[in-house]
Amino acid sequence: MSTAPATPPAAESDRAVADRVHAALATGERPPHPGPLSAALTFGWRGMLKIKHVPEQLLDVTVTPVLFLLMFTYLFGGAVAGSTEEYLQYILPGVLVQSVLFTAVYSGVTLNTDMTKGVVDRFRSLPVWRPAPLLGALLGDAVRFAIAGAVTVLVGVVMGFRPDGGVVGVLLGMLLVVVFAFALSWVFTTLGLLLRTPNAVMNAGFMGVFPLIFLSNIFVDPATLPGWLEAFVGVNPVSHLVTATRDLMAGGAAAGDILLVLVEAAAITAVFAPLTVRLYRRV
Amino acid sequence: MTGAVAIEAEGLVKTYGSTRAVDGVDLTVPRGVVYGVLGPNGAGKTTTIRMLATLIRPDAGRARILGRDVVDEPDAVRALVSLTGQLASVDEDLTGHENLVMMARLLGHRSRGAARRADELLAAFGLEEAAGRQVKNYSGGMRRRLDIAASLVVTPELLFLDEPTTGLDPRSRNEVWDIVRVLVGQGTTVLLCTQYLDEADQLAARIAVIDRGRVIAEGTPGQLKASVGRGALHVRLLDPDDRPEAERVLEAVVGAPPHREGDPAALSVPVPDSGVASAALAELSAADVALADFALGQPSLDEVFLALTGRPAEDEEDEA
Repeated sequence: MSTAPATPPAAESDRAVADRVHAALATGERPPHPGPLSAALTFGWRGMLKIKHVPEQLLDVTVTPVLFLLMFTYLFGGAVAGSTEEYLQYILPGVLVQSVLFTAVYSGVTLNTDMTKGVVDRFRSLPVWRPAPLLGALLGDAVRFAIAGAVTVLVGVVMGFRPDGGVVGVLLGMLLVVVFAFALSWVFTTLGLLLRTPNAVMNAGFMGVFPLIFLSNIFVDPATLPGWLEAFVGVNPVSHLVTATRDLMAGGAAAGDILLVLVEAAAITAVFAPLTVRLYRRV
Repeated sequence: MTGAVAIEAEGLVKTYGSTRAVDGVDLTVPRGVVYGVLGPNGAGKTTTIRMLATLIRPDAGRARILGRDVVDEPDAVRALVSLTGQLASVDEDLTGHENLVMMARLLGHRSRGAARRADELLAAFGLEEAAGRQVKNYSGGMRRRLDIAASLVVTPELLFLDEPTTGLDPRSRNEVWDIVRVLVGQGTTVLLCTQYLDEADQLAARIAVIDRGRVIAEGTPGQLKASVGRGALHVRLLDPDDRPEAERVLEAVVGAPPHREGDPAALSVPVPDSGVASAALAELSAADVALADFALGQPSLDEVFLALTGRPAEDEEDEA
């Protein structure tokens, strides 16, 4: 807040306006180009600012998992696991995974919305590392998820979630989920660049995500399913992630399960990150 | 590395499906001037700018910006140019200050330097008071100024301005024009795309007229007007109801039908010399047609466009 009274431009002579613009131009020398990481972090900062100015987008990803947690625990807990208490321990890691899948879809929707605005043209006309805007946006989304995840776990703890893995187990579990989310987001950014409207991305995204969520071990023990369905649940990467996260939070994950998730995340990134960057270049 | 030429483009082509949006555009833009690219909506102006600014690759042809090839050395080109697109190229959710800080950081300023640069530009463009407000709450003129400021975080060698005054009120438009004049005075080359003939006439040292993806004429505003041949007498009537009478009188003197301008009280008619113009004014006076104002000038760019393409530059419905 400056203390000098601001003069509206109309009240000044054209000369004064010209002089100020001239002075501003004279000092516009070019600093050395930023490194890739610095550029990506700036775009990540943009994501943070958007959360600050449009906090509704945080509600989207926070309310859904909390609602699911409440509904499923109290609605199905008794029937599925014998008690709501017991079911909560089972379902909470799964709900975290579910909310991550939703966040990943939003990454694609956000990118698609962005592409229709002129600001992307400006980004692309800058001499910065080309994937930086994408990477930065996904970093922002990772923060968004971390906030949503923390809220979900806190609500869970209030409801009676007592993981044997303790704080460390929960944090490791969340970290794994964030890593996987980061990988999965590339799938939806690819979709976001291929489809025409944000709505199409949202629809296609959820259409792909819902079967993966429900045909997994998020809500029920796959042993109760018919054989063909159990087979699908067994190869669903979402199930692998849920298993590893659940075990991490319970304090005893097999290294093989975690490795499988990391390999899947790496494979998804290896395919879809270059694809996204390619599409982004050509838009 | 640079020489006297800012942009050399030869045979640029960009096809979308079966539409040749840009169909063999050649441009030679000298350094340090405003170069106008004039044409109606859909003529291929924006597509041309996007190719020159390395946003899309040409399907054919080549272009060099200050000696650097847009396809082979895109990063070198990006380091020399700035783009103010047709859509506001700022983030509407962010504040004006945040937008400029973001640009400054992306261009390599460290955080304190970025904030200082943002403050300087906000002050220079009269946006200090709006600095902390989200851009979506800005007026059209403020948004445009911020947009241009964002292009000047680092003073570019070449600035692309795509329809910078579309949708602005006259005062905001004049502000943008003043900024462009200062920029060029300081040595930046400006490629100005516009569909407003008076804008090109006001600002540009040279103009390329583009229509259906091709350059159909090129030269100084004066040359373009001269290529149409004759001068014109412009009259504005005190009472628009006199227009049919004035048309009859003028046609009788000049021997050619007058052109009805957008203003319902205005007419223009081609005249071979000032003698005929005086005679026409005398006849109007004799016929009791009162004039608010008259001028003898070169034909307007509107008439140039009509002469070049056989149709008006803008799809204006209000002349009928």
